[in-house]
Amino acid sequence: MSSTTPSQTTAADTLTVRVNGREVVVPRTMPEAVSGKAVPTTMIQACEAAGVTVPHYCYHPKLPVAGNCRMCLVEFGTPALGPDRQPLLNPDGSPVIRQSPRPAIACATPVSPGMEIYTDTDGVHAMRRAVMEFLLINHPLDCPICDQAGECKLQEYALDHGQAASGFDEVKVHKPKTVDLGPRILLDAERCILCSRCIRFTRDIARDDALGIINRGSYNTIAAYPGRQFDNNYTLNTADLCPVGALTSKDFRFRMRVWFLKESKSLCAGCGTGCNLLVGSRENRIHRFTPRQNDAVNSCWMCDEGRLNYRWVGRGDRLKSPLNRRSGATEWGTVLDETADLLRNASRGSVAVIGSARATCEELFLLKKLCQHLGARSDCVPREGEADGLLVSDDRNPNSHGARLTGVCFTEIGINLPYLANDIEAGKIRTLLVLGEDLTKPELELPTDLLGRLENLIVGDILPNPTVDQAHIVLPGCAHLEKRGTFINVNGRVQRFFKAVEPPGQAMPETGWLGGLLERLTGEAPARSAEALFNQLAEATPALKGLTWAALGDQGVTVEV
Amino acid sequence: MDQPPPVPGVELELPAALTAEIDEIVGRYPQKRSAAVMVLHALQDHLGYLTPDAMEWTAARLELQPIHIYELVTFYPMFRQRPVGNLHLKVCRTLSCALAGSHQLHAHLCRKLGLDPHGHGPQTTEDGRVTVEFVECLATCGTGPVVLANDVFHEHVTPGTADELLKQAGVSK
Repeated sequence: MSSTTPSQTTAADTLTVRVNGREVVVPRTMPEAVSGKAVPTTMIQACEAAGVTVPHYCYHPKLPVAGNCRMCLVEFGTPALGPDRQPLLNPDGSPVIRQSPRPAIACATPVSPGMEIYTDTDGVHAMRRAVMEFLLINHPLDCPICDQAGECKLQEYALDHGQAASGFDEVKVHKPKTVDLGPRILLDAERCILCSRCIRFTRDIARDDALGIINRGSYNTIAAYPGRQFDNNYTLNTADLCPVGALTSKDFRFRMRVWFLKESKSLCAGCGTGCNLLVGSRENRIHRFTPRQNDAVNSCWMCDEGRLNYRWVGRGDRLKSPLNRRSGATEWGTVLDETADLLRNASRGSVAVIGSARATCEELFLLKKLCQHLGARSDCVPREGEADGLLVSDDRNPNSHGARLTGVCFTEIGINLPYLANDIEAGKIRTLLVLGEDLTKPELELPTDLLGRLENLIVGDILPNPTVDQAHIVLPGCAHLEKRGTFINVNGRVQRFFKAVEPPGQAMPETGWLGGLLERLTGEAPARSAEALFNQLAEATPALKGLTWAALGDQGVTVEV
Repeated sequence: MDQPPPVPGVELELPAALTAEIDEIVGRYPQKRSAAVMVLHALQDHLGYLTPDAMEWTAARLELQPIHIYELVTFYPMFRQRPVGNLHLKVCRTLSCALAGSHQLHAHLCRKLGLDPHGHGPQTTEDGRVTVEFVECLATCGTGPVVLANDVFHEHVTPGTADELLKQAGVSK
């Protein structure tokens, strides 16, 4: 939201309020977080527009308003009206502001024309101090062993608004600890401040109304119904949402202090949605994924399946070294020379390429160039699943549109595979280059002895699989977390991602060895960087015309596909 | 992902009259969920306490998730998840009764029945015949200490009349 009036709105759609003396124009209504219905703009939204952050726990811009934590209490005043219902004016012509005798919670109080909001008065600071004192009464203060430490609102606001010493002399109430809420979430009820974000998320966003607050008073506790698991595909978002250390991810718990994590902007490659995420890594090891807000794609959420899909990146059996099984060569230079020789000597029409819609646009761009140079036919491998109506797409390839736009496959991915298989069986295709796909997977329904019929099988992949086992030449590549590039999601969102960790051994980004092959075959070295390759691809592709790597930004750009 | 159906197939054997009563209760409210507390009372009156099946059945009947029924049952002390004795003595401990000696009365009853005078919540004798618990105001503040024995009010209760009460109920000689 911006503080300036958008051109299409009229004065009737907006109103002016003052936040700490600064005038700000806000829309009268804003869409409600879940239903999207127009609801009156609240004080906290007006403060946000004015660039003033009001501390809060239970309020979240993507969840329904609950108004239970009281941390966002502010003082305010409204223009005084005379008996004629006209605003009273000061001698200098400014409206008389009548200050409200009571504070209001900024998250749930609508703004009105001429309202003045004060977030920096002694009274407001005293209220924040009091709220903090109450919240900390029964809190265990176990920051040194708490996973949330370092990204904990309670910790941050305690520093800003809390007291150094507790005035509480009584005995703290003890509540259940390490409660197993579900297969991926643990609850420490003593740390919980009962903001109900998790309840609202799972009820209104994940649509699995599984959590509630049981017992009462000081013994209030978040719980699932006894005997029932909190187990939907979005449960880990509650650990992100939890402003304190009450809900923790079993996967990340006690693994790494968050302040040691290097955060790299990346994407989830688990399906065609392309959720934006941050990769938390340290010393070349990935420790967690957290969603990165992108309202055009995934809002603030991601599914548990995608979030936990990172362990394989550090697997010990990753392909680490190029290999020509015939010559025994294990050096990139030699292996690429020998591969280029094979391709150069293959008769025209005898080479085919199976690419992957999990590869980046830049890799597919180079792969298409290679196909064109060799006169090779190509296709990619479809990967289908069930959509869940939330984030998970039925297309489990992250870059199907990239594969289509670069021309490596047709509109229907995989339509060419049976014909290519036929030609391999008929002996017409004798050399096959496979990029990142296992062609022995039963769902592809290709003949089991197909690859054995080839004279030359060149495979670029990341992990060992039966196709790699049969390859004459193995070219080790990178997970998308180990390189830079772009994916185009199912809705045509072109998004870029960055390198989080280094690849193992001699493994190199596929653009590296594809470029090396092209250079050897054509005598012309293609661009090396993902930026330059993307810009060339955009130049050459009508759907991406005018786009540049830089213009994609962190949120990506939607194109017509 | 659609909302999972509220607990399919929880079977609860209820007399026809009770089912009819619950239907009538549910029909009183524009929204089914509003009937939750009344339905739970009806079930507890019949079953003696609220079993997991009763809670799940209520959730399904009112098209709610069982956690919401569980929230209510754990919030209100009058809902029980455990059986109580045949004689359920609720001793008022709010101000007027406390001044009139309800704490001494509670302690007397507990000692007499072999229960912990300092225990929290409802306590039931080993033979399961009597339950004693403190409750808040029973609304006859001029006549304390007040005891609710099952659904019968007893005013001005002294240790002596309490003994009498136990005797009448056949609990002690």
